[in-house]
Amino acid sequence: MTAPANPALLVTGARPYGEEPQDLLISEGRIAAVGTEADGQAEQLRAQGTEVETIEAEGQIALPGLVDLHTHLREPGREDAETVATGSRAAALGGFTAVHAMANSSPVADTAGVVEQVHRLGLDAGYTEVYPVGAVTVGLAGEKLAELGAMAESSAQVRMFSDDGHCVHNPVLMRRALEYVKAFDGFIAQHAQEPALTGWDTDTPAQMNEGCVSAELGLPGWPAVAEEAIIARDVLLAQHVGSRLHICHVSTQGSVEIIRWAKERDIDVTAEVTPHHLILTDELVRSYDPVYKVNPPLRTEADVHALRAGLADGTIDVIGTDHAPHPTEAKECEWSQAAMGMTGLETALSVVQMTMVETGLIDWRRVAEITSAKPAEIYRHAHQGRPLAAGEAANLILLNPEASRTVDPAQHASKGRNSPFRGMELPGQVRTTVLNGRAVVREGALV
Amino acid sequence: MRHLLSTADLSREDALSILDTAEEMSGVSAREVKKLPTLRGRTVVNLFFEDSTRTRISFEAAAKRLSADVMNFSAKGSSVSKGESLKDTVQTLEAIGADAVVMRHWASGAAAQLAASDWTDCAVVNAGDGTHEHPTQALLDALTLRRRWHAAHHGPDQSPRGTDLSGMKVLIVGDILHSRVARSNIWLLNTLGAEVGLVAPATLLPVGVETWPVTVHYSFDEALAPDSAGRTPDAAMMLRVQAERMVGGGFFPTAAEYTRRWGLTDERLATLERLRLGETDCPAMLLHPGPMNRGVEVSSAAADSPLNHALDQVSHGVSVRMAVLHLLLTGADDS
Repeated sequence: MTAPANPALLVTGARPYGEEPQDLLISEGRIAAVGTEADGQAEQLRAQGTEVETIEAEGQIALPGLVDLHTHLREPGREDAETVATGSRAAALGGFTAVHAMANSSPVADTAGVVEQVHRLGLDAGYTEVYPVGAVTVGLAGEKLAELGAMAESSAQVRMFSDDGHCVHNPVLMRRALEYVKAFDGFIAQHAQEPALTGWDTDTPAQMNEGCVSAELGLPGWPAVAEEAIIARDVLLAQHVGSRLHICHVSTQGSVEIIRWAKERDIDVTAEVTPHHLILTDELVRSYDPVYKVNPPLRTEADVHALRAGLADGTIDVIGTDHAPHPTEAKECEWSQAAMGMTGLETALSVVQMTMVETGLIDWRRVAEITSAKPAEIYRHAHQGRPLAAGEAANLILLNPEASRTVDPAQHASKGRNSPFRGMELPGQVRTTVLNGRAVVREGALV
Repeated sequence: MRHLLSTADLSREDALSILDTAEEMSGVSAREVKKLPTLRGRTVVNLFFEDSTRTRISFEAAAKRLSADVMNFSAKGSSVSKGESLKDTVQTLEAIGADAVVMRHWASGAAAQLAASDWTDCAVVNAGDGTHEHPTQALLDALTLRRRWHAAHHGPDQSPRGTDLSGMKVLIVGDILHSRVARSNIWLLNTLGAEVGLVAPATLLPVGVETWPVTVHYSFDEALAPDSAGRTPDAAMMLRVQAERMVGGGFFPTAAEYTRRWGLTDERLATLERLRLGETDCPAMLLHPGPMNRGVEVSSAAADSPLNHALDQVSHGVSVRMAVLHLLLTGADDS
C-alpha cells in the first residue's frame, strides 16, 4: 500500500506577482501549467481519473513561497519557547516554504549530529522546509571553528554558518571562517556587533539604541557604530579573501551606506533586514515594555527610512524575520533582565506589504525577490524561490492583500507571544501555502 | 496624580502642588508632636531592591508622620534574592493590603512598568530606578532652592507658595550619564523655569544630551564665570562620583584628575563664595544629594561650608515625601 498521492490543485483567478490573473495547475509537486493551458491540462487530468481540487483565488496574489534565512526554532533545548513543529506551523501560516534555523539552540548546532536532528525534525513536522544553520565557532564562543565541513557533508547539507546572537568578532577567526567555507560553497552570516562597544560580558550590557531616547531613559546604549564597524571590517575581509558574506539584520543608516559602498566595488556581500526594523523605532522603548527589546535594537525614524530605501534599491537583498520566540516570563520582568527578540514569522509579509508596497516603494515582483528568490539564491536552493512558471517546483502562496487583521499573539501558531505588533492593524493575509505541491495552509488555516 | 514615576511627565501645576504641600508639611516637622492623622489606617510599603538607607528612612519618617503603617521590604535576604519575580513580589504586597508602594530598583523603568501593569492597584512612588529618575530627590532639591531664592528676593517671612524658579541658573556637576538625580533635576528645573548647566567630562554625558534643554560645559571654571549676559550660576549641585566609575571604568584617567578638573576644590569654593543669588546680596548655594565623597567631588572645606545645603536637603526630603504620599493617597490638593 502506498499513501494516496496529493490531489492536483487548480488555482483560478489569482494574480501572479500582483499582475494579470492567470490560472495555475499544480501536479506532482510542480507547477504543471500556467494560464489557459492550466485549465486544459486540468481537464485532461480529470479525464484520466486524477483528482483535481480547485482553489478559487480571485483577487488574491500568487507569490513564490517565502524563504527565511533567519529563524530561531529553539529546539533542541528550549522547547518551552518553540519547537521545530510549532515554528514550522507558524512559518507555513506566514507563507514560508523554507526557513533556516539559527544555531543558538542547546546544545548549539555546531556538530553534524545536532544539525541532522533539526533537519529531521523539520521533515517530520512537514509544514515547511527546515534548513539548520551551523555555528561558525564551537559553542558560539568565538574561539575555535566548529566542524563546518562535517555539517556541510551531513544529511542536513549545511551551507550557511552563523554565530547569530554573537558576533564573530575576532578578525582572524572571521577571516578563516570566510576562507574555509569556500570548500563547499558555503557562506558566513555575520551578526555584526562589536562586543566591547556594547558592553557585552559586563554588568551593564547595551539595552537599546544609543541616542536621544536612551539618554532620557537611562538605559545603556547600543551605538550604531558597533554594527557599522564590524560590517566595514567584514566587507573588506570578504573582498580580501574572495568569499561570500551575508550580513544579518542590518539596522542602521550607516550600515546601508557601507554595504552600498561594498556592492559598488563588487564585493560579494548580501544583506538582510527584519520586518520590525522597517517599521518600529526606539521611541517605543519609552514604555519600558520588554516586548520591544531586541538585538540589534530598534533604531530611529531616519534608520527606518534608510533601511526601506536600501531594500527598495537593492542594497539590502532580503527580508529575514529573526523570529525569536520567548516564554512569557522572559518578557514579564524588568527591561534589563528581559530576553531580546520578537516573533515574526506570522506577521512578516504583512509588514512588508505595509511598509514597502503600500508606500509605493516596491511592487510585488520586488517583494518576491526579497522574500523568496534572493534568499533562495543566496543559499543556492534549486527548488525554492523559483519563478511562478511551468515546470518549477510548486512552492508558492496565495495572498489576500485586501484583508486586514488586528494582531493577537494568542492566536499565533508560534509558542511565542512576544509580538511587537500586538494590537496593531496589519494588512494582508496568507490564504494558501503550497509546499512542494501540497497545500499546508488553506483558507488561512493549517491543513 | 495617581503615581509619581518621573519628573519628565510631571506638570508644572503638579510640581508646584507638591512643593506647596511640602511647605505645609515642613511646619509639621517643626512641631513638638510631629504627626498628622491623614493616612491613619493606610499602609505604605518601602520596597527596596537596592540598598539605600537614607532614602528608605526618609520615606519611612514621612509615612509615619502622616500616621500610615509602614512595611519595609528589602529585596536582600528575601524571596526576591531566591529568584521571585517583581510581579509575584508586588502581588504578594498587594494581597497583604498595601495602599502605596515606594520602590527603589536597580533597573531603569521598573517603577513605570509596575504602574503600567495590572499587577497592583497601589499608588507607585519611584524612589529611584536604575539610572533613569529619582523624582523625590529632584523635588526636595527644588524645595531647597525655591526657599532660598524666594527669601533672597522677598524676605524670609514671605511664603514661597505658588512661585517657581524662574530666573535661577543651576549647575549640575559630575557623572550625569549614570545619574538618576541629574535626569530628574534637569526636567524639573526646566519645568520650574530655571536655566540648567551641566558640567562634566564628555565621557560622563549621554550621547543625545544635545537635545536636552541644558547648556553643556566641559570646564567647571568656565561654568562658574559670568556668561555672555554677565550672569553667574546661583547654585551648584555636585553629584557623587561612584567608585566603580573610577576603577577600571575608563571614564576618566584618575580620581586626582577628575578632582582637578571637575571637583569643587578650595579654589573653586572661593569662586562660588563670591557669587550671589541673582541681583541680591544673598550667597549662592551648594547642593549635594549625598553621601559625599570628601576630597573627590567636593573638598572638605566645601563640604563644611555654610554654602552647603546638604542637611537642609535631608530635612526637606521628609517634607516632600510627606507631600507626595499625602497627595497620592488622599487625592487631596492643599494648594
